[in-house]
Amino acid sequence: MGLRFVPFLIAIVTTFSANIVFAAAPIKIGGLFAVTGPAAFLGEPERNTAKMVVDEINRAGGVRGHKLELVVYDTSGDATKAVQLATKLVRDDHVAAIIGPSTTGESMAVIPVAERERVPLISCAAGIKITEPVKKWVFKTAQNDTLAVGKIYEYLQRHKQSKVAILTVSDGFGASGREQLKAQAAKYGISVVSDDTYGPKDTDMTAQLTKIRGSQAQAIICWGTNPGPAVIAKNAHQLGIKTPLFMSHGVSSKKFIELAGDAAEGIKLPSGKVIVADLLPGSDHQKGSLLAFVKDYQRHYRAEGDHFGGHAWDAVMLLKGAIERGGDTRAAIRDQLEKTRGFAGIGGVFNYSAQDHAGLNKDAFVLVEVKKRDWVIVK
Amino acid sequence: MQLEQILQYVFSGLSTGAIYALIGIGFSIIFNATGIINFAQGEFVMLGGMLTLFFLELLKLPLWAAIPCAVAVSALAGLLFERLAIRPLRQPTPINLVIITIAGSILIRGLAMLLWGKDTHAIPPFSGDEPISIAGATILPQHIWILGITLLVIAVNKFFFYHTISGKAMRACSYNRRAAGLVGIDVRRMVLFSFVISSVLGSLAGIIVAPLTMTAYDVGVMLGLKGFCAAIIGGMSSGIATVVGGLILGVLESLGAGLISSGYKDAIAFIILLLILFIRPQGLFGKAESERV
Repeated sequence: MGLRFVPFLIAIVTTFSANIVFAAAPIKIGGLFAVTGPAAFLGEPERNTAKMVVDEINRAGGVRGHKLELVVYDTSGDATKAVQLATKLVRDDHVAAIIGPSTTGESMAVIPVAERERVPLISCAAGIKITEPVKKWVFKTAQNDTLAVGKIYEYLQRHKQSKVAILTVSDGFGASGREQLKAQAAKYGISVVSDDTYGPKDTDMTAQLTKIRGSQAQAIICWGTNPGPAVIAKNAHQLGIKTPLFMSHGVSSKKFIELAGDAAEGIKLPSGKVIVADLLPGSDHQKGSLLAFVKDYQRHYRAEGDHFGGHAWDAVMLLKGAIERGGDTRAAIRDQLEKTRGFAGIGGVFNYSAQDHAGLNKDAFVLVEVKKRDWVIVK
Repeated sequence: MQLEQILQYVFSGLSTGAIYALIGIGFSIIFNATGIINFAQGEFVMLGGMLTLFFLELLKLPLWAAIPCAVAVSALAGLLFERLAIRPLRQPTPINLVIITIAGSILIRGLAMLLWGKDTHAIPPFSGDEPISIAGATILPQHIWILGITLLVIAVNKFFFYHTISGKAMRACSYNRRAAGLVGIDVRRMVLFSFVISSVLGSLAGIIVAPLTMTAYDVGVMLGLKGFCAAIIGGMSSGIATVVGGLILGVLESLGAGLISSGYKDAIAFIILLLILFIRPQGLFGKAESERV
């Protein structure tokens, strides 16, 4: 009679002990960052920041008594590698959630893995396609370039300028920017009078700028990441172009000013708030997080904390919040992530919902201008 | 289309073309003395820029001192490259040499990345960056430096190859290595020489363009390819033909980007390269007219 219950009892006991072991075990978080390769300027600060934040959380006692354990792999910016590593994180490392990858291409490639394996993924890439349309398991922390374009166009509209020339880099970042610049123009009463591109490794853009100089443009908008935009700034200076020059958030770091030198003066760009953290008014919700992040990063790595690191900071903190609020399984973490409201991170104030897994609005950006080799906020 | 605009395209093209030419000459010197196409040539361009930066920023040398130091270190790198990678080859078939130089370029790039990181850096211009206006088009003082140094390099090259014993010996090697060896010319030393000279030229090119184009561990790839195109157009001559080749390439690129579409800028270089290789593999100017080293 009693014997019949033995397997049942064993099952109960093992389940409980498994639970006990699980409770004592650290929560594993997977990180996929392009630490080497062409996107290393994204992946390196992201990895550094993720490590730093996880260490800090653990030193403060972890999340609800659990330590966090970060398992980081380098994707080298390669989508195929990212997919393999994501699968490895899910199946071999049994992570509770994944942060990264760094670039849009890799993120798009990894999304099917996250969806199939039912593991929450918080991408650090900017491409709008990552979260639009909404995928059940996929979130992201980087601001959409839609928002950056909106910020520039809003400014132009306010200053009654309606003809722009666009000059975009011929890679994923530039192509996405170009698409947005053209798609949103009409909404702000703006027409694109000149549309040119340049190669990511080009060293002279005077030809494109000469063409733009001959057009009717009242403003030039350049979309790229270093060093291209710095070359463009220098070339524009050389050609004596007085048309106001706008850059994308892709160059919003001191590095751009350093590269472009005097030619950077007066250039405006939409930017996350990290680079102007100390200039923000005290009423800004993000100010506290921003200053803490900048200070920490400076202490750990003797370098300025940047937006890219910020994306990883946000991803880890969002996860922490979700776990704190009761996310103890992959599904629960996902559900809690979706309930995140008013989280003031580095990239902006996040409000996730079932319809929005990007969570940011235009206020995530400020328009900044280079003055005397430093940033000022454009009112 | 305004004349002013065309003039600006031409000027921009000439100044980038001069850079390609200078790199191209480095390719042809080694090719002529050894029959090797040195695919690591672009890496010496990178070394020039990065080493100058190193001497400027880390050792706090002034620009006039940093440049010769950078050139000297690049020359040493060229010398080591020949001694350690090229000379020990038992059977220097063309394909082996191509693989070795490509491997060398990857190695040098990797070392530079480890040493100096992945960031892009700027070098200050030699003499200010106030644009100079000529007939409605503008160039920078740095462009004049580039044109001037390219011309100087050609003049010195010419003098070296026609009026010095070593130069004449190198020319002899390029005409017939075996015969040159038989009359007592140390062919191996000439090969070594050619590597040193071309690494000096490459690094010089890297230094004078760095204020305009910035420098990073991987700038050598594209510049090296464009220099190679220039050398092919010029029929691998080490003199004026390569310079003309570089200038043609620069101007066509610039006109193409301005008048047709900027998206095809690099494609133009490679289309020219293919056309030349199909139609006139001896270069635009033919072997007869182009002097070889």
